[in-house]
Amino acid sequence: MTNPSTPSDSVTPRRAADIVNASLKRRYAKERRFRLIGAAAVGLGLTFVLLLFGDIISKGYTAFQQTYIQLPVTLSEDLIDPEGTRDPMTLARADYMTPIRQSLRQFFPEVKDRRTRRQLNSIISVGAPQLLGEEVVADPALVGTTHEYWILVDDDIDMLVKGYIDRNAPESDRRVNDQVIGWIDRLEQEGRVAKRFNTIFFTHGTSREPELAGIAGALMGSFYTLILALTLSFPIGVGAALYLEEFAPKNRWTDLIEVNINNLAAVPSIVFGLLGLAVFIGFFGVPRSTPLVAALVLTLMTLPIIIISSRAALKSVPPSIREAALGVGASPLQTQFHHVLPLAMPGMLTGTILGMAHALGETAPLLMIGMIAFIVDVPGGFTDPATVLPVQIFLWADSPERGFVERTSAAIMVLLAFLFLMNLAAVLLRRRFERRW
Amino acid sequence: MKKTMIAAAVALGVASLSTQAMARDSIYIVGSSTVFPFSTAVAETFGRTTSFATPKVESTGSGGGLKLFCAGVGVDHPDITNASRRMKGSEFDTCQENGVKDITEVKIGFDGISIANSKAAGRYNLTLREIFLALAKDIPDGKGGFMANPNQTWHDVNPDFPSNKIEVLGPPPTSGTRDAFAELAMEGGCKTFPEIKALKKTDKSKYKAVCHGLREDGAYIEAGENDNLIVQKLIANHSALGIFGFSFLDQNGDKVQGSKIEGVEPTYDSISDGSYPISRSLYFYVKDAHVGTIPGIEEYIAEFTSEKAWGPEGYLADKGLIALPDAERASVAKSAKALTPMSKPE
Repeated sequence: MTNPSTPSDSVTPRRAADIVNASLKRRYAKERRFRLIGAAAVGLGLTFVLLLFGDIISKGYTAFQQTYIQLPVTLSEDLIDPEGTRDPMTLARADYMTPIRQSLRQFFPEVKDRRTRRQLNSIISVGAPQLLGEEVVADPALVGTTHEYWILVDDDIDMLVKGYIDRNAPESDRRVNDQVIGWIDRLEQEGRVAKRFNTIFFTHGTSREPELAGIAGALMGSFYTLILALTLSFPIGVGAALYLEEFAPKNRWTDLIEVNINNLAAVPSIVFGLLGLAVFIGFFGVPRSTPLVAALVLTLMTLPIIIISSRAALKSVPPSIREAALGVGASPLQTQFHHVLPLAMPGMLTGTILGMAHALGETAPLLMIGMIAFIVDVPGGFTDPATVLPVQIFLWADSPERGFVERTSAAIMVLLAFLFLMNLAAVLLRRRFERRW
Repeated sequence: MKKTMIAAAVALGVASLSTQAMARDSIYIVGSSTVFPFSTAVAETFGRTTSFATPKVESTGSGGGLKLFCAGVGVDHPDITNASRRMKGSEFDTCQENGVKDITEVKIGFDGISIANSKAAGRYNLTLREIFLALAKDIPDGKGGFMANPNQTWHDVNPDFPSNKIEVLGPPPTSGTRDAFAELAMEGGCKTFPEIKALKKTDKSKYKAVCHGLREDGAYIEAGENDNLIVQKLIANHSALGIFGFSFLDQNGDKVQGSKIEGVEPTYDSISDGSYPISRSLYFYVKDAHVGTIPGIEEYIAEFTSEKAWGPEGYLADKGLIALPDAERASVAKSAKALTPMSKPE
């Protein structure tokens, strides 16, 4: 600490200590303040995250349950399968709405005129017959018997049971009138109304009816898109990084390429969408709204991220590894593939997974290439029309039916769960395989 | 291993490109985001009740849809496009140039634009002139020129109104609802000033700028394309008004109320008979050359124009579509069924 060459120090050694002592308190206070500000910044960030999650979860958790009513439905053979063949085609096509309505009417014998009947019928979801049909196809022995079935209700009734409709509002301003509320209350007293786990949400494609809308279609679309984007971008990205980092001569051209890759990583994603529209759809004629074209666009978008992270991973492998390999007689190619690449792989994979998570949550470029579409059927391949999770969220958020509000939040929760899993995988990979030198 | 992966990826790309030439077995629909909820409802019912595949419906906006629609004939091009306005003459010409000769126009109904506020506050009774005075960027200064809109509260616009700050949440310029609002409400109010009306003949672009220009000083708040969000903000802020489609008002009638415009409340009946001033017609257009090539187009038109869909009691009315008057519905259904080609619109 003391510096003998400075005369002032040697002449007044005590005064230096005094100065230090006097400022010590101030310096400690400064540090405390800095720590406090830092903690406050983290705290503020966490509060916003908690607010966001709290809002989404509090709005969306009800979507995982769906209201059903239990009705004893008689599936008479005359109506369902008059020829008695039990042919799956006949069973699937049969009219199941009539027996469901008949059963519901038994509970309310006072309903006689056509208008009131229509209102009573509106309690049942338009998708209920189809669901009942699927049960019958799975078990043809049900034909000719009477069973208690859980019947799907309309989204307005679902909202009522979940408490989203204000019963005190004037009748004319409500989607559900007093009469229907009375019927539902009566069924509820008999224990025939229940909220059950919403399997439809996970097994069906989208629908215009909130109670029939599911995310299976969007999930499969996202799955196909990401798989294809991964198989395209990972080898190309790693290959490019390896060449640029290890083999390419350092000259003006490679500098230019490097600057451009860094630039591309910062280009707004919508630009890639426009590029995809002009080049892939316009020039190569790749079909619109398919996972194929989405994957091509997302590959372009994630490539710079993967190349940059892969190069960083290669740089972190110490030169001694390369020198040792070359020293024992390995060729440059063997050096890279046998020694450098395996050591850099965890870093590359982490970068790739983060790039894929980015691609999973991307909406803007996909709007340009026709992914913002209403597609009911769950896609079965790379060239089937499809949509992806974030676009599905966008579409539902824009739907007027109130049932879609909770389903939007639920879809966001599913998307967040997948993002969380992917990021967790990246962290685990790094923990498991990372080497420190 | 990586080699095989690359090879597989390339093979996959080539394979999928070649499937492109194959025929399409489902209808391909594009167009307006306003018609989207109705078109998808019909598509879903059509897929459920017939043996045809469920059509693919893409939301591209009216202009974008017509551009795709008019690009040519063949499986790569859409069969039907939805529009929240009539096809323009220039668009019709583009269609003709690209070989899309016969087009059937189907008018499907009306859409009302509501100006609503929270039920906790009083209901407004606005005239188009008052809407213009509250929301226009520039208003006449009474001396033949224009001045930046000085009105801060509703009381400034009309002394009968409460002195609430002017706060109107509405769609951004990319939205068709915004276009329709500017054209029907703003221009409607703007025309009530004789000096502006005179401007239409002398300086058309100035006229349009004055009539369609919305305030940028914070009185008109662009709330994004999400109408649900506007509804939620209205519930939280009792002094604000919001602009959105009638279907959202219909779904949220227990929380928000539509203002009367020129004394008329936005209801199903008032929009249907044309007395509510801010309403527009909705259309879809069919490429006649594709009928017979792509399976199901005629059946889709039949489903859309059936009473159980577009009638006043049909499922589209439940989604917020305002049905055409009975006589018009019958005549449109007839010409749609016969696939009568349209002539060039003005």
